[in-house]
Amino acid sequence: MSYLLGIDVGSTTVKTVVLDEKTGTILYTSYERHFSRVKECVLSALEKVGKAFHGEKFRAAITGSAGLGLAEKSGVCFVQEVQAAFCAIKKYHADADVAVELGGEDAKIIFLTGGAEQRMNGSCAGGTGAFIDQMATLLDISVDEMDEIALQAEKTYPIASRCGVFAKSDIQPLINQGAAKADISASIFRAVVEQTVSGLAQGRKIKGKVLFLGGPLHFLKALRKAFTDTLALDENHAVFPENAPVFIALGAAISAAGESAKTADELYEKIRNCEAKDEVVRGKPLFETRAQYDEFIARHKRSDLEFADIRTYEGNAYLGVDSGSTTTKLMLITEDCKVLYSNYQSNNGQPLDIVVARLKEMYSLCGAGVKIRAAAVTGYGEDMMKAALKMDFGIVETVAHFKAAVHFNPQVDFIIDIGGQDIKCFKVKNGAIDSIMLNEACSSGCGSFIQTFAKAMDMDVESFARLGLFAKKPVELGSRCTVFMNSAVKQAQKEGASVEDISAGLSSSIVKNAVYKVIRAKTPEELGKHIVAQGGTFMNDAVLRSFEMETGREVVRPAIAGLMGAFGAALYAKEMQKAECSSLLSAEQLEKFSYTSRATTCRGCTSNCNINILTFEDGSRFISGNKCERGAGLKPQDGKWNIYEYKYNRLLSSAQDVSGGTDENAQQRGVVGLPFQLVMFEQLPFWSAFFRHLGFAVKVSDKSSRDLYFRGQHTVASDTVCYPAKLMHGHIESLLDSGVDFIFYPCESYNIDEHASKNHYNCPIVAYYPELLKANNERLSSENLLSPYIDLNERKSCLNNLAVAFKKYGISKKELSKALDKGFAALESYQNDVREKGREILANARAEGKNTVVLAGRPYHVDPEINHGIGKLLVSLGLAVLSEDSVCDEAPIVEVNVLNQWTYHARLYRAAEYVCGQKDVQLVQLVSFGCGIDALTTDEVRAILESNGKLYTQIKIDEINNLGVVKIRLRSMVAAIERKGGANV
Amino acid sequence: MKKATVSYKESSPVFTDEMKKTYTILAPNMLPYHFDILAEIVESRGYKVEILKTEGRSIIDEGLKHVHNDTCYPALCIIGQFIDALKSGKYDVDKTAVLITQSGGGCRASNYVPLLRKALKAEFPQVPVLSLNFSGLEKENGLDLRLRDILKMGYGIFYADAIMSLYNQCKPYAKDKEQVNRVRDESIAFVKSTLSSKAYKKHERIVAELLSRFKSVELERTEKVKVGIVGEIYVKYSPLANNGLEKFLYAEDCEPVVPALLDYVMYCIVNVINDAKLYNRGKIMAVLYKFIYKLLLGVQRKAITMFEEAGFEPPHDFEYLRACADKVIHQGVKMGEGWLIPAEMVALYESGTENIVCAQPFGCLPNHIVGKGAARAVKALHEDVNIVPIDYDPSATKVNQENRLKLMLATARDKIAQRTATAQSDVLDEVATD
Repeated sequence: MSYLLGIDVGSTTVKTVVLDEKTGTILYTSYERHFSRVKECVLSALEKVGKAFHGEKFRAAITGSAGLGLAEKSGVCFVQEVQAAFCAIKKYHADADVAVELGGEDAKIIFLTGGAEQRMNGSCAGGTGAFIDQMATLLDISVDEMDEIALQAEKTYPIASRCGVFAKSDIQPLINQGAAKADISASIFRAVVEQTVSGLAQGRKIKGKVLFLGGPLHFLKALRKAFTDTLALDENHAVFPENAPVFIALGAAISAAGESAKTADELYEKIRNCEAKDEVVRGKPLFETRAQYDEFIARHKRSDLEFADIRTYEGNAYLGVDSGSTTTKLMLITEDCKVLYSNYQSNNGQPLDIVVARLKEMYSLCGAGVKIRAAAVTGYGEDMMKAALKMDFGIVETVAHFKAAVHFNPQVDFIIDIGGQDIKCFKVKNGAIDSIMLNEACSSGCGSFIQTFAKAMDMDVESFARLGLFAKKPVELGSRCTVFMNSAVKQAQKEGASVEDISAGLSSSIVKNAVYKVIRAKTPEELGKHIVAQGGTFMNDAVLRSFEMETGREVVRPAIAGLMGAFGAALYAKEMQKAECSSLLSAEQLEKFSYTSRATTCRGCTSNCNINILTFEDGSRFISGNKCERGAGLKPQDGKWNIYEYKYNRLLSSAQDVSGGTDENAQQRGVVGLPFQLVMFEQLPFWSAFFRHLGFAVKVSDKSSRDLYFRGQHTVASDTVCYPAKLMHGHIESLLDSGVDFIFYPCESYNIDEHASKNHYNCPIVAYYPELLKANNERLSSENLLSPYIDLNERKSCLNNLAVAFKKYGISKKELSKALDKGFAALESYQNDVREKGREILANARAEGKNTVVLAGRPYHVDPEINHGIGKLLVSLGLAVLSEDSVCDEAPIVEVNVLNQWTYHARLYRAAEYVCGQKDVQLVQLVSFGCGIDALTTDEVRAILESNGKLYTQIKIDEINNLGVVKIRLRSMVAAIERKGGANV
Repeated sequence: MKKATVSYKESSPVFTDEMKKTYTILAPNMLPYHFDILAEIVESRGYKVEILKTEGRSIIDEGLKHVHNDTCYPALCIIGQFIDALKSGKYDVDKTAVLITQSGGGCRASNYVPLLRKALKAEFPQVPVLSLNFSGLEKENGLDLRLRDILKMGYGIFYADAIMSLYNQCKPYAKDKEQVNRVRDESIAFVKSTLSSKAYKKHERIVAELLSRFKSVELERTEKVKVGIVGEIYVKYSPLANNGLEKFLYAEDCEPVVPALLDYVMYCIVNVINDAKLYNRGKIMAVLYKFIYKLLLGVQRKAITMFEEAGFEPPHDFEYLRACADKVIHQGVKMGEGWLIPAEMVALYESGTENIVCAQPFGCLPNHIVGKGAARAVKALHEDVNIVPIDYDPSATKVNQENRLKLMLATARDKIAQRTATAQSDVLDEVATD
């Protein structure tokens, strides 16, 4: 009798199956986690097979992402895992139409009927087992618990699913706002389903008999439910095979039929003998010798604070609290900056409770002689703490960090702070913060990644980090983001890298991310001479050492690196104290302190902010989560100061305006739908007037929203395209549903020439998006989406191309020409109005002594769903807001170092030049995630501003809505402007 | 009204005539055969050129250090390779210049020259950057080339394409792998030898010679999986950027089908002609370009006939490629590799290469539209085309990329097996009915 053996080596588990070759009966299965010890695990599995089938021979095949290297080196046949699944499905579930398989790191979908097709997820590992694991860690529960509670969920929240890093940014605020874990869990599973349906199936319907495979779908009931509910499958159409966990191994076994038969021992030897091929890139060890290490430790020991005994101390004391997004830090210091009390703790979503508990602890320790003169708070929770606990002062986070750094090195000219979530860097010039660099959403979470990883290896973060210090050959793990790093770690493990080498490699990756992605330093000189390194992640000596090696600089890392925000706040309290006694709640008051919390949605405007209302025992309230004053119960004064709001309304009203059109003709010819996105954010007045003149009724697509995005998500072809482009798909759906006769969006390689750049291109996305829409949305055709190729600068060809496009309507060129005139007039009037409004806002701001910010981006950044209300936020910080197009005409043409050949981008350079000439005007650049061209413009805009002594601030925006970090950044900017004396006073 | 101008342009070293004699010019290696031949032509004008064939992680690390990480991967590779070479100690950095090509299109790839300059500024401010372009950019730092040299380059690319295609068609089936490598090397030397005189223009004679050389390779015809490679121009061709994609395919016992570089040149030419037609732009230039286009098309068509007669798979007729584009996308899409990518996908499928790798840098802007974005349109036209888009990035892992390629190959092999099975059963049926 001969047997077939399939071995599936996945990213987390090893599975085996033995089949009777003749009957196809399953005789044996096994399933084990390999904890990255791939080879050992496969060998032990083979050993067991050998024992169960003593002396028998097997035809064997290996499958699975981690099995690839093993198979190649040992010479055992390899079957790609999707192919293996395909074989098994054809044999055991011949009537299936579709199979969905979720693995540890890969997600796959196989269409079996109606054009067989097999797909895998792209390079971002959204919607996989690893993603679910990460989210469970974030919620601080096990995956099984998550599964259990998700079934009791009452509601779900929208969560970005395409990437673990982004999902985290969506989930963290939910946790902080106290959303139920059950609801969050269910939302996570729903996000996985959405990712599979939209990202993987990309518009192809998952219907008929659907087979669900892979570990997560076998073990997680809530995930199963989410799939069957979303796809509306009944029991007969949703099949969860009993042998799902080993299903791929089963396929491998079937595929092994053509191989020569070997005994289990022979296979064992083959695999045991295969040399680990070193395909992993290695770096330099952190320390070559013990002496180097000792010197390093001794040097950093010098930067420490002294302690004083809180029980016996007598005199003044100052309290600092740093209420961060994930951790809370407290510090109480003496008049001469000795530490009386300090605490660092994860806030578990309840920062207020933590601070109250710690304060109670502190009070209980305090001897009678401790006199708290003042208390200051910084961080995300600043306003809440101030309101709840009656703390005396609030301080911007960056300023707090700066104060603390100066204490350790008065000459400090560069501060780098790596926390769990964010990386912040500031340059210091003339005793003030000169520029601030923050990581973008994509590379956040680097610090906590080490922690998560250590946990997965069943270690605490300190011992894990220590392992890396003397690693011989640290592995190179990439620096793009934690999702890519995670996958690189897995690869390194499969290649046999030791835990030591991985630990050192992770430290170096985090540092590289900071140095090359956040700071963007080419040489150590750019960093400055006196660097202070701080933040919880720098407590890790391996990270600190990597940073010193990467930059070639010796830095100061205070022993309280994780508490610098709190220390800075305490110093600030000391500096600012005037009163005899702090207004902070006393021990007695604290005993009585209580509050209730209620999560709700603000109905003040269309932003629908998720807000949280805290009501304290004295009846006072605190509202958080709101983007504007309206949520806080105040009257908004937005419109007066915010040109973004003005532009948005002005654009929309241009489409409703009927005065310029030939009214009596309206609707004679039909209804045209204009998708309000990308180029339409500039040209809507143009095309509205154009079509109205031709006798069409104009229908503008629905306003952008997260829901609108979800409506079109299934036709998005590329995960990494910018959010404005992704939203376009929803706009198209809304127009298709509204029954317009056709949708119009012109393909314009060339934008309107504003004679301020060498050429006047649009970016490829703005120029050609209709091609992508047509190719990926089955509802579109060249009949209902008209997208003529036109160059508005050249009348003759433009008329020809438009005439061809509207042939069906028999419109004469003369008529078209007249309509173009109307269009140009409408566009000009819009642009003039914007400029006029800009002048008005600036004049008002100057009259009231306000500072003004030019929020410089693209026309479509005016969409509130895209800018997430940053304009409003600026206004709430007391600034007036202009746009790049409202001021650029006042500046000369700017020659830059890069090729200046895009119309919209040329405006940025001119806006920057304009700002340089105005004392009370600053510039904030808005950049869409994934905009490759802004990789060029940001450096140039920065250079223009900085060469004129202006601050440069950049904000990267994407589909995720994480205003907390933006707020810190803008407040730091305001603080810096004030220090620089740029205020208009 | 002429507007006032302010300049933030930083000065950069200019490549003077003097330097020509004493400087070594470093150039990136996008395509080994092509760039060797092109270097020969540039050298014939008195320059000293060295094509960089270095590889390794240090290149990527230098790239990460000196280029904005959101800039495309090709820029990172090319710039990293230059800096790495300049740091190697192999060159006198005071007597070295660097050369790259520049397209001048609406894609950010037009910015490689300024990006390279910025990167050099930090560590090698004395190194001049030369631009090879035909769009009139960087006039003072262009190569001093005559029209004849440019024409020569056109021919050089054409011959290199022929060698690349013939080699790819022979290598997987050659009985003696050493022999086919030898034939390739001798063919390159032969083409180079024609460049010193007017002999290079005798394209029929040269193509005939190349065909006969490769005809001499002894082959063993078995059915192998053919895999077409399309995508962003640098990642498509450069082994440094695509992790040795061709080598991987050979190791997997496949026949790589790599479309000609001349197609890209002709695509750029046609874009000028299309611009004139669509937008009345550059009409005078378009007349000249039309002339060059017809000339190249004539050369190409002759070669097609000769390839066919010799029993080889010929290059694509460019007019046919344009027709292929029209089936799935508008020829107005002209940024990056634009409509050429979907056109090549369709043409590859229709000429018997059903499996296609679309190689693209992570986050490449035009590829959103013409790569991933157009794949569905190609599939709607030809249901069983097997397209796999692969992202290349400094942080993407090789295992991840290879696993996706393996999936494509498994599907392809399955199809071959099915076809063989049906063919056999057809034979059996015939025998039975007899």
